[in-house]
Amino acid sequence: MSEQTTGAVGEGTATTDATTPMVLAEHVSKSFGSNEVLKDISLEVKRGEVLCLVGPSGSGKSTFLRCINHLEQVSSGRLSVDGALVGYREAGGRLYEMHPKDISKQRRDIGMVFQRFNLFPHMTALENVMEAPTQVKGVSKAKAKARALELLARVGLAERADYYPAHLSGGQQQRVAIARALAMDPKLMLFDEPTSALDPELVGEVLDVMKGLAKTGMTMIVVTHEMGFAREVADTLVFMDGGVVVETGDPREVLSNPQHARTQAFLSKVL
Amino acid sequence: MSDSPTEATKQPPMKVVKLRHPWRIVFAVVLLAAVAVFVIDAAQREAFDWPSVGKYVFDQRVSMAAGYTLLLTVLAMVIGVVLGIILAVMRQSPNPVLKSIAWVYLWIFRGTPVYVQLVFWGLLSTIYTTVDLGVPFMEAWISFPTEVLFNAFWLAVIGLALNESAYMAEIVRAGLLSVDSGQHEAATALGMGWGKTMRRVVLPQAMRVIIPPTGNEVISMLKTTSLVSAIPFTLELYMRTRDISVEIFNPIPLLIVASIWYLAITSVLMVGQYFLEKRFARGVGVRPDAGAGPVTASMSAVELEQTDAEAAIGAKHGGDAR
Ligand SMILES: Nc1ncnc2c1ncn2[C@@H]1O[C@H](COP(=O)(O)OP(=O)(O)O)[C@@H](O)[C@H]1O
Ligand SMILES: [Mg+2]
Repeated sequence: MSEQTTGAVGEGTATTDATTPMVLAEHVSKSFGSNEVLKDISLEVKRGEVLCLVGPSGSGKSTFLRCINHLEQVSSGRLSVDGALVGYREAGGRLYEMHPKDISKQRRDIGMVFQRFNLFPHMTALENVMEAPTQVKGVSKAKAKARALELLARVGLAERADYYPAHLSGGQQQRVAIARALAMDPKLMLFDEPTSALDPELVGEVLDVMKGLAKTGMTMIVVTHEMGFAREVADTLVFMDGGVVVETGDPREVLSNPQHARTQAFLSKVL
Repeated sequence: MSDSPTEATKQPPMKVVKLRHPWRIVFAVVLLAAVAVFVIDAAQREAFDWPSVGKYVFDQRVSMAAGYTLLLTVLAMVIGVVLGIILAVMRQSPNPVLKSIAWVYLWIFRGTPVYVQLVFWGLLSTIYTTVDLGVPFMEAWISFPTEVLFNAFWLAVIGLALNESAYMAEIVRAGLLSVDSGQHEAATALGMGWGKTMRRVVLPQAMRVIIPPTGNEVISMLKTTSLVSAIPFTLELYMRTRDISVEIFNPIPLLIVASIWYLAITSVLMVGQYFLEKRFARGVGVRPDAGAGPVTASMSAVELEQTDAEAAIGAKHGGDAR
């Protein structure tokens, strides 16, 4: 999936073509006050690549994901999505903070799925999925509804369209959340421990939806503790600890033959 | 619950003799008797002057005054809620100036009696005799006398609204804080701006927390309108009925008339609150446990009822089930 580097079929602006990485982090650091949470992170996610991000709790995985759609601002370094800097405009060798409206526009192309689902509880599953297309993109109600029903069917919840989140199981809620993110036709999907809040028997249904999504060629960054999923689906595995990338590589190799002591220690706990 | 449901439901129903509460009955009888004595006595007592109550309760002056009272309440509340939302948002703003202004506003308007504030509003045209348009501290271009601009009704509305907004600000703030931060985050991640996020996602959820205390505020406002004589504005229910009572030399029947109207309006407002609460309760309350526990949604209402029944049976039977 990661070999789409040949075509020169530029689909966007001059800076973007099929060879531009979907996400490019160069020396990204992030501090909360004096607490440096991300330290000089550099990594690249190609188009259509599935990258799994693993590491102990508090290692900065969520923070990194949140930086990618500018829910957090990086303290230093450059972070770009599809060739465009996140949250900044560059002109004459200087960075200018973007207007919130433009940042919102950037976020439309990046879907995010949260550990705690964060569905809107006062809306039905269908309304949840329709909300952003109608409110943000100005898609007509009828069109958005048709598309939402299609997406709900894709995650196996067609017959639950009119249920409120409180009447859905955790696994079903998370699948609605995935459909909600997909409704914006994102070019990149971020998953922050999508199965960590689920009862064990519900994990599979969510992972299945994610596997299906990976097969369609969606670029995905997945923070997870599901090593089976990483082994099966990921193109790249990144192990983070203490705010630094410790080890990167093919998931099967990293999982079976970790090079660093810290990776070994972590994997011995979760595997 | 640990027993299998079939076993629990198979047991023959037991005959249960209900526990009697003789003292409750005695107490209720005594209370009812006391109420009856009071009512019969009140119906016959001259001072209440029931014929006058009947005569004035639908008097046009009184119903007009009730209309004014209702209008004052509604206008002051609407403005108070809008200002309250603005103040609540200001208090959460990262801008320290906005934050402090909101804080000082709350400090002043909550820290002084509303009656005193209303007297101040009444004196506004004495304090500021003209409204000048032009450069501050220079000769004015145009100057209006304030007596023309400030009418007593609107001063009353504004006086009540500004006081109310300070209380509403805290109620709204509590509502905003009650919404999980993940909601804000999810909306933001979908590309919704701050305003849309507030309007479509946060406020509708905050409403559940905001409405009950706001209902209290409305009812309290209805009664506070009786203080606007401080402005002075005298066409509302309390002052109007007082004026009439001066004419007939008996304050008591008209106090009853006023009370009847206040109660009637309160009742209507309470019905309104009921429907508002229902409207904003969408998606909550039916299965508050879902999502947290291992219960799957395929579990139907019938199954749920059964589990409730099981639990009840288990509780009644206590130890002998085993
Ligand atoms: N908004 C914040 N303010 C201050 N510290 C934060 C904030 N968010 C995260 N942190 C800190 O950053 C570190 C990394 O957190 P996080 O990215 O959530 O880790 P992970 O997702 O890998 O468990 C933690 O020590 C956490 O306390
Ligand atoms: Mg995390």
